[in-house]
Amino acid sequence: MMASSYNAKDEDGHISVSGPGGGALRSKKPENTAFKQQRLPAWQPILTAGTVLPAFFIIGLIFIPIGIGLYVTSNNIKEFEIDYTGVDMSSPCFNCSQNFSWNSTRPCTCTIPFYLEQSYENNVFMYYGLSNFYQNHRRYVKSRDDSQLNGDVNSLQYPSKECEPYAYHDNKPIAPCGAIANSMFNDTLELFYHPNGTKVPVPLTATGIAWWADKHVKFRNPGENQNLTAVFQGTSKPVNWRRPVYELDYDPLNNGFINEDFIVWMRTAALPTFRKLYRIINKKDNMVPTLQRGNYTLEVVYNFPVRSFEGRKRMILSTISWMGGKNPFLGIAYITVGSVCFFLGVVLLLIHHKYGNRNNSADISN
Amino acid sequence: MERLHWVWHRCQTLMGRESGQGWYSSTDGLPNKNSLDTQCSPHRVSGKRRTVFAHQGPHQHEYEAVSKNYKGNAIRTTKYRLLTFIPMNLFQQFRRAANLYFLFLALLNWVPVVEAFQKEITMIPLLVVLTVIAIKDALEDYRRYLYDKKVNNNDVRVFCGKQKEYVEQCWKDVRVGDFICLSCNEIIPADMLLLYSSDPRGVCYIETANLDGETNLKQRQVIPGLPLQGGEFTPENFHSRIECENPNNNFSRFRGYMEHSSGVRVGLHNNNLLLRSCTIRNTETVIGIVIYAGHETKAMMNNSGPRYKCSHLEKRLNTDVLWCVALLIIMCLTAAVGHALWLKNIKDPVFVIDVETPPALAGFYIFWTMIIVLQVLIPISLYVSIEIVKLGQIYFIHNDIDLYNELLDSRIQCRALNITEDLGQIQYLFSDKTGTLTENNMVFRRCSIFGVEYPHEENARRLEVCAVENKAAGHTMTLRPQPEPVPSTATWKEPHSLSEKEVVPDPELVKKLNWFCSPVLPLKEGSSGTSSSLELTYITDFFLALTICNSVVVSSSSQPRHVVPEARMPLKSLEEIKMMFQRFSFSPFTALSTLSPHQVKGSPRSFTSRLFTRGKTEFLTSSTPPNSSTSETDPGKESNLETSILRDKVDLPSQEKGGNSGPVEDDIKDAKTTDICCGAGPDLETDYDSDADDDLLYEAESPDEAALVHAARAYRCTLRGRSAESLLVDLPGIGSLSVQLLHILPFDSNRRRMSVVVRHPLTGQVVVYTKGADSVIMDLAETPKGDDQAQEIDCHIKEQTQKHLDSYAREGLRTLCIAKKVLEEEEYEVWLRRHVLAESSIDHREELLLESAERLETNLTLLGTTGIVDRLQEEVPETIEALQRAGIKVWILTGDKQETAINIAYACKLLGPYDQLLRANCGSKEACSAFLDELKLEVQHGQESLTDGVEAEDHEESSSRSFILVIDGKTLDWALQEELQSDFVELSRKCKAVICCRSTPLQKSQVVRLIRDQLRVMTLAVGDGANDVSMIQMADVGIGISGQEGLQAVMSSDFAVSRFKHLSKLLLVHGHWCYFRLANMILYFIYKNVMYVNLLFWYQFFCGFSGSVMTNAWVLIFFNLLFTSIPPLIYGILDRDLPADSLMAVPELYQNSHTSKLHLPYMFWITVLDAFYQSLICFFIPYFALTGSDVGVLSFGSPINASALLIVLLHQVLESHTLTWIHVLVLLLSGGSYFGFVLLFSVYCVTCSPPTNPVGVETLQMSQPLFFIICAITTVTALLPRMFFQALHNTVLCSAALNSSHLDKVESEKYRQRMQHWNRGHSKGNRLSVCVDNPGLEASAASVVS
Repeated sequence: MMASSYNAKDEDGHISVSGPGGGALRSKKPENTAFKQQRLPAWQPILTAGTVLPAFFIIGLIFIPIGIGLYVTSNNIKEFEIDYTGVDMSSPCFNCSQNFSWNSTRPCTCTIPFYLEQSYENNVFMYYGLSNFYQNHRRYVKSRDDSQLNGDVNSLQYPSKECEPYAYHDNKPIAPCGAIANSMFNDTLELFYHPNGTKVPVPLTATGIAWWADKHVKFRNPGENQNLTAVFQGTSKPVNWRRPVYELDYDPLNNGFINEDFIVWMRTAALPTFRKLYRIINKKDNMVPTLQRGNYTLEVVYNFPVRSFEGRKRMILSTISWMGGKNPFLGIAYITVGSVCFFLGVVLLLIHHKYGNRNNSADISN
Repeated sequence: MERLHWVWHRCQTLMGRESGQGWYSSTDGLPNKNSLDTQCSPHRVSGKRRTVFAHQGPHQHEYEAVSKNYKGNAIRTTKYRLLTFIPMNLFQQFRRAANLYFLFLALLNWVPVVEAFQKEITMIPLLVVLTVIAIKDALEDYRRYLYDKKVNNNDVRVFCGKQKEYVEQCWKDVRVGDFICLSCNEIIPADMLLLYSSDPRGVCYIETANLDGETNLKQRQVIPGLPLQGGEFTPENFHSRIECENPNNNFSRFRGYMEHSSGVRVGLHNNNLLLRSCTIRNTETVIGIVIYAGHETKAMMNNSGPRYKCSHLEKRLNTDVLWCVALLIIMCLTAAVGHALWLKNIKDPVFVIDVETPPALAGFYIFWTMIIVLQVLIPISLYVSIEIVKLGQIYFIHNDIDLYNELLDSRIQCRALNITEDLGQIQYLFSDKTGTLTENNMVFRRCSIFGVEYPHEENARRLEVCAVENKAAGHTMTLRPQPEPVPSTATWKEPHSLSEKEVVPDPELVKKLNWFCSPVLPLKEGSSGTSSSLELTYITDFFLALTICNSVVVSSSSQPRHVVPEARMPLKSLEEIKMMFQRFSFSPFTALSTLSPHQVKGSPRSFTSRLFTRGKTEFLTSSTPPNSSTSETDPGKESNLETSILRDKVDLPSQEKGGNSGPVEDDIKDAKTTDICCGAGPDLETDYDSDADDDLLYEAESPDEAALVHAARAYRCTLRGRSAESLLVDLPGIGSLSVQLLHILPFDSNRRRMSVVVRHPLTGQVVVYTKGADSVIMDLAETPKGDDQAQEIDCHIKEQTQKHLDSYAREGLRTLCIAKKVLEEEEYEVWLRRHVLAESSIDHREELLLESAERLETNLTLLGTTGIVDRLQEEVPETIEALQRAGIKVWILTGDKQETAINIAYACKLLGPYDQLLRANCGSKEACSAFLDELKLEVQHGQESLTDGVEAEDHEESSSRSFILVIDGKTLDWALQEELQSDFVELSRKCKAVICCRSTPLQKSQVVRLIRDQLRVMTLAVGDGANDVSMIQMADVGIGISGQEGLQAVMSSDFAVSRFKHLSKLLLVHGHWCYFRLANMILYFIYKNVMYVNLLFWYQFFCGFSGSVMTNAWVLIFFNLLFTSIPPLIYGILDRDLPADSLMAVPELYQNSHTSKLHLPYMFWITVLDAFYQSLICFFIPYFALTGSDVGVLSFGSPINASALLIVLLHQVLESHTLTWIHVLVLLLSGGSYFGFVLLFSVYCVTCSPPTNPVGVETLQMSQPLFFIICAITTVTALLPRMFFQALHNTVLCSAALNSSHLDKVESEKYRQRMQHWNRGHSKGNRLSVCVDNPGLEASAASVVS
């Protein structure tokens, strides 16, 4: 029925005897071209055991080494993860975690000791990980104003409707508006190394954690080069925030909307269990590993409530490789698929041997 | 769904009618419409009639009162006006379901709580579709507008009352009641009554090519009895009132009367009506009064749009779509329930904005959101794609050089655009015989007069030669495409017209015709070579009937389409001759008074002929053997013996008669020979022979009429000219005679005969000559009461003629019987009065005329019969064989005699020599029922014995022994009745073929409907004539053969070809291809949608069923609309699963699609399952690869999207059977367009497209190796199973299809040649069994088994 709807070709008021394309005065003989006579030279990919065989073996031969390579690479990546949610009574952060409120004025701090069994070479990436946090919820993802974040002054004063109900507070526009910004991760994580009972802070770099395109293209402070405080005058801070947006950092290149912690948070995670880059521990010189074996403590200023929705918070230390973070899956997958291909190739070889000989013309014919 | 569409369709037609823009009529439901017309038209003044007064006449008041509601002559076929185009067009478009669906989605997206994407994004599909269609509509409408403008502004001369002369006006200003003056070759602007013609006989000729494509001239007649006939017509003096029926679309019917001021009423009929858009020919000036104008003309009311037929595949598709809807609803429900549960379990989450909404309600909202998100699952775009694909397929069918006929310079015409794939599923083929299987190029073959058979041996020989030549030409033509240029259209007719004209006369008959002329022969009366004068009477009457009993229009080739000037008619001398003749023939009249009047009448004719052929005797006898013994020595003449016996019998009365009148006769003869033949006679003859003989062109309504006229001409009975009141005829020995034509009772399919009533030129009697189907004439020919002897002769003639008829039929000849009747003056007067009454009546005119004709055509005297040969078209046996091998049951439905039909069936190898014929000829319903049961049993027994006993035998032989049912019209009538239907169907199912003979057009369509509905099979009907129209319309696929019989069949068909042999390529190759292509494309399309939509669905499990997508919304929408839309189209248009050669060579391959293996439900589910699998792979490999990492929503979607695209495109490569550079190009472009779009978008789209702002995502992703690693493994893994199983399937279950496609070129060529050689060899023997083991076939079968 629907089909017909398109072809209910409208009645032509005129009598035409000729068919489509007809009516020419000269001979109506169709052109004898390969295209019109459907004789274009064609490759007929008829898949038979014989033709597919090589493909299977080749896939197998390519995939298995790649898989091994990936697996080895993934295994070489060092990763350390510590859950500091404080679900257990014994956990140092248990007390802090009992506070479900965003706006408690008294900061709650907890310290989690841990022991690194391996030393970490190269740059070490420090992540915070959240679980059961649906940053990909449809309404949540929408709740932002990209123009405002891009430095549009007008949007600063009149945030997009998408930001509702986090667009205005006390009749003042919220900057940055929306639920994503409002729920920004606001724990402070600090790392201390304890070589011999001493406490040495591990230097954490807060810049370079956001995408270049985000930092330089997508996010911009309104009113180029002006005093941020002045620019954001007349706006309200997001409800859950402790400080206004222009006080996120002292570094003017990492403040306001271009604060990288903020930018990282604003790139919503695809899955409910995710990690976000928090700091980078840069390698200092080639002789000393970035993080040595030994005792460390993680000092957390515990602000971000997750227990209401049974979420978890983690701190992750990881090195990365060319293929990203630690993930053995791809390597295993490649090896498996490669082996399966190889196996199927063998099966096909047997089949080909059994049946293929009879139709020896099974080559690709023209 | 179809139902719904149908309703729309009707609505559209109805609305179109009400608004008066177009009087479109569809082919069905005609009566329905007429009643509708009369009901819903407020402007009909006097109910069912319309009254017309002259516009410029004295009846101004009446004119104003009556005519103001009649439409003007301006036409407007456009559907829209400039200002209202947008609203109107939108309104039209939103009556379509697909658009409503899009609109619904777009509107749904405006509801804030369910909004899934940006508002504008969901509008895109709708906007794209609307715009495309609107542009198409606008262009079409504009074209129509231009055409209308052109037509409306044509000039025509209209009589202006003030200036008292004809002034130029535009067509659009013509009003009902205007007088219009037209000259030769002008087009008639409106339906008008012919009031004046410059032709002295008051006729004018029109060509109706614009209406029905027939190019022969039709004669129209000035309304009889107009006061000013003859002189100049003056409109001012026209005071008559015209009453006629309301506008309708029936071309062949017009009734009304004209009331003169004196109160006299004159009947009007079709013959007085000049139809709009016909062309005036051969007539200098014509004046008429407009009675219907503009949209009320018959031509405009007959405009019907293109046919709509819903293909079976589409119906199947609709169920698939319903499944998709079910799938969609399931998915949405899952999401809704999931979301509700998820919300319920989660407490006070910071990421849930809308915490107040109770979970159940939120779930409900999500349901609708998901419908927007997963909208692609319903393959709405598939419908648009199918349309495009079918257009492409039509394009290729239309361009096929094998379906091109060089002789006619005609390609195949594809009139229905949407049933291409039905061509690939035909199971029953119903064929007309005449003109479809045969050439419909009738050639006079032999005749029988007075019970004597004239075999025309020479004629037969000549025909044979012709046939062989033609056949050879046909073969070479199909074997290799001819490089030489096409012959111009002017010359193509040559072979046809030659064979038609050149009838070689039978020497015996010639001799008899000339018998009286020779001074020597009559003396030998009584010898076997001579005949009685009674027989000669019959012979001359026979030829006179052949010459005048027809509706042939004569024109001369030197002055095409111009009436032979009448000035040459030697009327004076004829009068003299007549006078003289009457003087001399007085005694024969009295002498023969004992015989019945019709015989008496004939006698003097024979005298004249005898008298006046004298001058030509030398000429004729020189060409024929001088002695009569030649007829006996002619080989292969079985009828000779009985002929001579007959002659002996007949001679008896003739001798007696001769004895009676002998001396007088001789006297007359002598007198004549000396008196006239030496004088005026010869001069007359030579005069005509020299200049006119080859100059005449006959344009006949049916080819057999022409054949008969040509045949008569070969015997020097030449039709020279025709006017409404008289016919100009040359007779041998007499010269030109003007025969006063009193009436023509035209041919109709109910009566199956036609008659002319003439006043005999010589005797002055009123004579009826009737020509018609043998069964009818034989029934009507009654033995005269009275004289025993005459009765005996008559019985004898009938008996003999019946014998000859049967033998003709066995030979496959078409038979026509000729009869005559002499009317007494009083008898004629009585009949005439009632006939005139019938003619002038408005209501029930047809019935009355029919009755009137039947009253006249009684008590006929059988003169003789003719056998007309209609050669088989070239390659018909081959085509039928191929079709049968393809599993198509071929039925022949013909109006011909049983024997003729069977014979043709043998000739075209529908019947094999071992086939068992089951003849069903029953008189009553009970008998029929019993007989059908009996036949069923017989067939069952036959089949059982075959299956039981002949296990060991070759299966080829058993299959060749099959049953053929031959059923005649009467029995068919019973069999088609409710109670016997199932028996009939049952029986016919078991038969290899069915031949229905003597069937009416209605029966043909009933048979088609019965089979179509009861067996639920695809039917194809092919025919060429008007009698096949109903059958063509009834069948799923109707094919018209554009042949000799006008274009009615073509106009009602879905496809029109010019030869029957084209069917094999059309069905076996194009049908197969179209079906496979479309079926594959549909599956692919569904696969594509399911696969892509599932990716989004799986994501819901990880976003709390909130309706999030991991892709930018634009990419999401464009994925189907842009990136992957062209490849399926190319796939659907260009894919070839098998080369054309193999399909033609191995017709059995066609059966694959018969059973619709390709589109069985399980194929649908396999496809859906595969799509599920692929989407799982495509989603979860990236998922596991990226889970736990810092991947963002869009970064997660990026590899998924890219690999989905690759999978979808590569899947098509796997599925394609052929890949050409076009495929490669399109695939590359599709892939390229995706990556190009996505990359550009991610660079330039900084703040656009919230919330899924893509800036930087893809560029970053594609710079990382992980992206490619993921894409590679995903693509490979997703396609692995299909590839593996395909390879396995192709290797293990190596099908015949695959095998034959592997036949390499050389081998297939050899094979084909062998087949052809073999076929030809067998066709010479003329007894080819259809399935006798074919060497070529066997070889291929063997290789198939291996």
